[in-house]
Amino acid sequence: MKWDEFFVTGEPMIYAADVSIVLVSLAIVIGLTYFKKWGYLWREWLTTVDHKKIGIMYILSALIMLFRGGVDALLMRAQLATPDSKFLDAQHYNEIFTTHGVIMILFMAMPFVIGMMNVVVPLQIGARDVAFPRLNAVSFWMFFMGAMLFNISFVIGGSPDAGWSAYFPLASLEFSPTVGNNYYSLALQISGIGTLMTGVNFIVTILKMRAPGMKLMRMPMFTWSVLITNVIILFAFPVLTVALALMMFDRVFGSQFFTMANGGMDMLWANLFWVWGHPEVYIVILPAFGIFSDIISTFSKKNLYGYKSMVVSMVAISVLSFLVWAHHFYTMGQGAMVNGFFSITTMAIAVPTGVKIFNWLFTLRKGKISFTSPMLYAMGFIPIFTIGGVTGVMLAMASADYQYHNTMFLVAHFHYVLIPGTVFGVLAGMHYWFPKMFGFRLNERLAKTAFWLIIVGFNVAFMPLFFLGLNGMTRRMYTYSASTGYGPLNMIATIGALILAVGFVVLCYNFFYSFRHSPRNEGGDPWDARTLEWSTPSPVPVYNFAKVPVVHSEDAFWHAKKHNVPLYEEGPYEEIHMPNNSGQPFILGVIMFFLGFFLVFSWFIPAIIAGVGVIIMLAVRSFERDHGYHIPPKEIAATEQKLRGDTV
Amino acid sequence: MKINDTLPLEYRTEENSNKIFGFWLFLGAEIVLFSTLFAVYFTLWNRTGNGPTGKELFEVGGVIWETFLLLTSSFTCGLGIHAMRLGLKKPMMIFFVVTLLMGLGFLGIEITEFVNYVHEGATLQTSAFLSSLFVLLGTHGLHVTMGILWGAGILIQVGRQGFTDETANKSFIFSLYWHFLDVVWIFIFSFVYLKGLM
Ligand code: HEM
Ligand SMILES: [Cu+2]
Repeated sequence: MKWDEFFVTGEPMIYAADVSIVLVSLAIVIGLTYFKKWGYLWREWLTTVDHKKIGIMYILSALIMLFRGGVDALLMRAQLATPDSKFLDAQHYNEIFTTHGVIMILFMAMPFVIGMMNVVVPLQIGARDVAFPRLNAVSFWMFFMGAMLFNISFVIGGSPDAGWSAYFPLASLEFSPTVGNNYYSLALQISGIGTLMTGVNFIVTILKMRAPGMKLMRMPMFTWSVLITNVIILFAFPVLTVALALMMFDRVFGSQFFTMANGGMDMLWANLFWVWGHPEVYIVILPAFGIFSDIISTFSKKNLYGYKSMVVSMVAISVLSFLVWAHHFYTMGQGAMVNGFFSITTMAIAVPTGVKIFNWLFTLRKGKISFTSPMLYAMGFIPIFTIGGVTGVMLAMASADYQYHNTMFLVAHFHYVLIPGTVFGVLAGMHYWFPKMFGFRLNERLAKTAFWLIIVGFNVAFMPLFFLGLNGMTRRMYTYSASTGYGPLNMIATIGALILAVGFVVLCYNFFYSFRHSPRNEGGDPWDARTLEWSTPSPVPVYNFAKVPVVHSEDAFWHAKKHNVPLYEEGPYEEIHMPNNSGQPFILGVIMFFLGFFLVFSWFIPAIIAGVGVIIMLAVRSFERDHGYHIPPKEIAATEQKLRGDTV
Repeated sequence: MKINDTLPLEYRTEENSNKIFGFWLFLGAEIVLFSTLFAVYFTLWNRTGNGPTGKELFEVGGVIWETFLLLTSSFTCGLGIHAMRLGLKKPMMIFFVVTLLMGLGFLGIEITEFVNYVHEGATLQTSAFLSSLFVLLGTHGLHVTMGILWGAGILIQVGRQGFTDETANKSFIFSLYWHFLDVVWIFIFSFVYLKGLM
């Protein structure tokens, strides 16, 4: 690596990014110093082990990454708006669709979903925290540092440019000589390890820490979806770990896994990547299904139709999700039998998914529906996601896929499942649980305005891509000539993306507006909801539940409200045992960041030092004796009194 | 804190029994990890390029010793846990020390073997077969290394604190890990070395 290649140079946009990074960092540092908030930041956030705060940090990071990924998207749409556009060159376009894809899936959708899990699941099952709060903080900081490592590639060393799927041989050192794909392998590795630990943590939490009486078949549907999702994480992420490690060995240490000579096999990468990659899309969609289930049931004032079939269909989807990976490369020559098999398994996924759609519709039937902002997202989700699903079945037919493969039709398809599915899901969840996190609701009028802009913008942005794809416009193509006739539809798509962007701006403005204007004191249950999290005061005290609730039925809180049965046993408060905050997860994250960074540039001596640092941190943790602290009953009584104004 | 006295020391608090369950899940992920590495190895094992094949490379002697050491260490590790259940601190520590020493012996042989391969010109870069061999064995070896460091840390803690909920829990979890590494080795022995020598 020559030093003049260290910083990316020569592009006005990069300089603009450099300047804005420096300015934003300066603003943050000056702001924190001026308002004397360093201590607050460290004590309350960087060292926290509280699942609610960790969840909020995940969601905040996801929103920032949504912004970054969204800017990438707008740049691409700007380039494609007109034929023969010179706005971006080919190399730049390659980098941007790669970072857009990686960031949207791994650093936006994943953390948003995991943030939702963190905030909600312990509350829904009546637990005081997740099973391993400290590990939870480690997970977060691994994700966060991985995301930061990926993002600095933009200004230091150069972004990856071989697509989010990083197919070999294109992603090999020979054809992608910059450090971009080193960033890809290491940043994803670091955050992937964090995700794997989240998987372990939440499975234990859900299986072992439910409140008394909450049998598995009484769990809220979101909790069910999270349980199944984390099982998928547990089985899928180690495959990614291996794939990325092999990629790193090929690129940094010159091994021959995916090379073209000496026995290497490029298709091995494609297989490993998608063995993880397809379950990954279900990892980000199933929790959204769970969120919609809870929301639809709450705002129809009915219990969820077909509870059991909902669970069974999710289990079926999770199993099938591991059996469909080759549908991503039907055209790469594996023969009719193999394609036939994967074609059938892929189409089979439509069955359990269809079951879920009908269950939602039947839940709505004869319900007393209130069209709140979370409900609007759910209502938008059902028809649009169905379009995504139906086009998915079209793509699943191996022979027909020879026509659609790698066209804009595919791009339209997966945005039609990812945006109404995952993005609408987490946005619905964010609006729904916002009062639980912060104690006040988002302004409904602004929220609805944002929703309509987003849903209209979305359809205008992506519907044309179906037709462009069928007309032969390929994906990842940085420009096209006027004679292709692709111009007008592309212009419409770009206009749609702009409307979508305005919608996101309104959505974010709503945070500031609601912070200033929303009424407080709406109590713990502003939506008249059904599940246990709403039985706590908002915002939720550190210990979540002053007394552990006792569950008698599905929708426990609703049951308690309607039948006037108490959720808690009589008797005085008992001491609550809580974990201490710790700076170790953050420090470990920082060291991992540097370890990754040094490996990206093959600086082995510093990398070894950082590696030793990691081992030291593990040892420190092992030798530490930290038994947490206890909250005395008196203090609990005082807190509860203040939050709910009740006495027990 | 709920304490259930009818269970062995390492399971007694709720937190500790969750840790054991969590570790089993982690081992599930490890199984997937090693299965993937085996899948990679089986895909690439006869793609030797210009490099040597397994048959030309492998030597039985060292491998038998490695197997002997690791299997025995798994046994002594189990004895250590048995001693812990009986509350015998000194025997437990001796068994664990023996376990870790045998782990070190295993590592020593493995490293010598790697050095020999490299001297014979069989490196990570030579062929796809060798890449997958080195990474599969290396991942296992790295696990053993981490296990030795971890086990040593736990030994020190048992030495200082005796058997508490916590040290018992840690020792038990360590033993699960160690047995797991042994199981992985059995697969390596059978499907890498024996198959390669045939
Ligand atoms: C916010 C509105 C969005 C717009 C306008 C947008 C637009 C685009 C465009 C224009 C492409 C590249 C098409 C090509 O030339 O191949 C693309 C690719 C992609 N997008 Fe989006 N996108 C958006 C949101 C999302 C979201 C939310 C996700 C995921 C959760 C996502 C995931 C992807 C992926 C995985 C790719 C493929 C990248 C690759 O080819 O390697 N996008 N998007
Ligand atoms: Cu797929």
